[in-house]
Amino acid sequence: MSVPHVLLGLLEDRPRHGYDLKREYDERFASTRPLQFGQVYATLARLLRDGLVDIEALEAGGGPDRKLYAITAAGVTDLERWLREPVTPQPYLQSVLFTKVVLALLSGRSAADVLDTQRASHLDRMRELTRRKASGDLADALVADFALVHLEADLRWIEMAGTRLGRLEKEMRA
Amino acid sequence: MSIMSDTQATPTGLLAEPLLVAMDLRRRFGPTVALDGASIQVTAGEVVAVMGPSGSGKSTLLHCLAGILRPDGGEVHYRGSRLDTLSEDVRSRLRRDDFGFVFQFGQLVPELSALENVTLPLRLGGVTRREAERRGREWLGRLEVADVAGKRPGEISGGQGQRVAVARALITGPRVVFADEPTGSLDSLNGELVMTLLVDTARQQGATVVLVTHEPRVAAYAEREVVVRDGRCVAPVQAR
Repeated sequence: MSVPHVLLGLLEDRPRHGYDLKREYDERFASTRPLQFGQVYATLARLLRDGLVDIEALEAGGGPDRKLYAITAAGVTDLERWLREPVTPQPYLQSVLFTKVVLALLSGRSAADVLDTQRASHLDRMRELTRRKASGDLADALVADFALVHLEADLRWIEMAGTRLGRLEKEMRA
Repeated sequence: MSIMSDTQATPTGLLAEPLLVAMDLRRRFGPTVALDGASIQVTAGEVVAVMGPSGSGKSTLLHCLAGILRPDGGEVHYRGSRLDTLSEDVRSRLRRDDFGFVFQFGQLVPELSALENVTLPLRLGGVTRREAERRGREWLGRLEVADVAGKRPGEISGGQGQRVAVARALITGPRVVFADEPTGSLDSLNGELVMTLLVDTARQQGATVVLVTHEPRVAAYAEREVVVRDGRCVAPVQAR
């Protein structure tokens, strides 16, 4: 997650204090990993240095929480560019799991066990997400849906790999 | 009989008698081996997903568990008694009284209205029309399809049809609901609605659900999964 761009996105609505930004970030985006205050202020300092935010008001008393941050025109441009950029597809699981399957086959271990273990773990996670969907609001459901369809894609690969293990083993040992 | 004392830990940690047990089931269709030593235990009140690629034997397993098919070898026990050796008459009665069924499609009688379809099992069981219709409307309401009561299957959507089918499967208060790819012909959102309503209403009724599916997202509504591969049930792997 690009924290700078999330903060810019929140600031576009209206100027905010660092504390409010953290609270809103946690509420909307960080269901499992809240943002640290230190990271909020460090990010704001960088955005300020790069001219993407400005300090609109500085209240007496000093301290980072007394600064009211506002997005600049350059900040809006940067935010728009980021929003338009596609997210890099992550073939992470497939590559790690592929490596494990190959290593299992090469070493004469059961590659089917590797796949079965991964399937069980994926389904556990999917059950948890399905339960969370049932108890949450629509935004929670959308976040869970995203994870669910990705896990499902992994599982489809696992099933395909499973049906090809015999041939894969022959090719590898040839 | 050793199977009578065969117990299984429930999610709450209590020991419960298995409701359905299949041991070493074998079934061929001509030269094709559908089941090749499949064994499974189902505890009362749980929702189990039977998963596997097409052709793995999962539907055959469901049909043997439900007493629709007789296995060539192995045993099926339901509530402690042998099921697979019962006569077709007795199994048929058991299916009507104790089991409910939801299939992928083609299960509603096209000439009957949704209400008549839902009340069919009650009417066959001798319940008066008035009482059957009262309960039928209540069940259509629970499945959120009260508004299609007077319509025929051809006049309602696939998702509505599946919810009518779920109502019909549950209206007799079955101990076990067998569902074979119940969302197979539906889009994601309708599939989700059908699964949510099926699992929620079955839990409220205390019914056990045996759910056959090849879709992980559907299987995720169950409490655990059993994977069928090459006609056998793969032992569940403990992840973590």
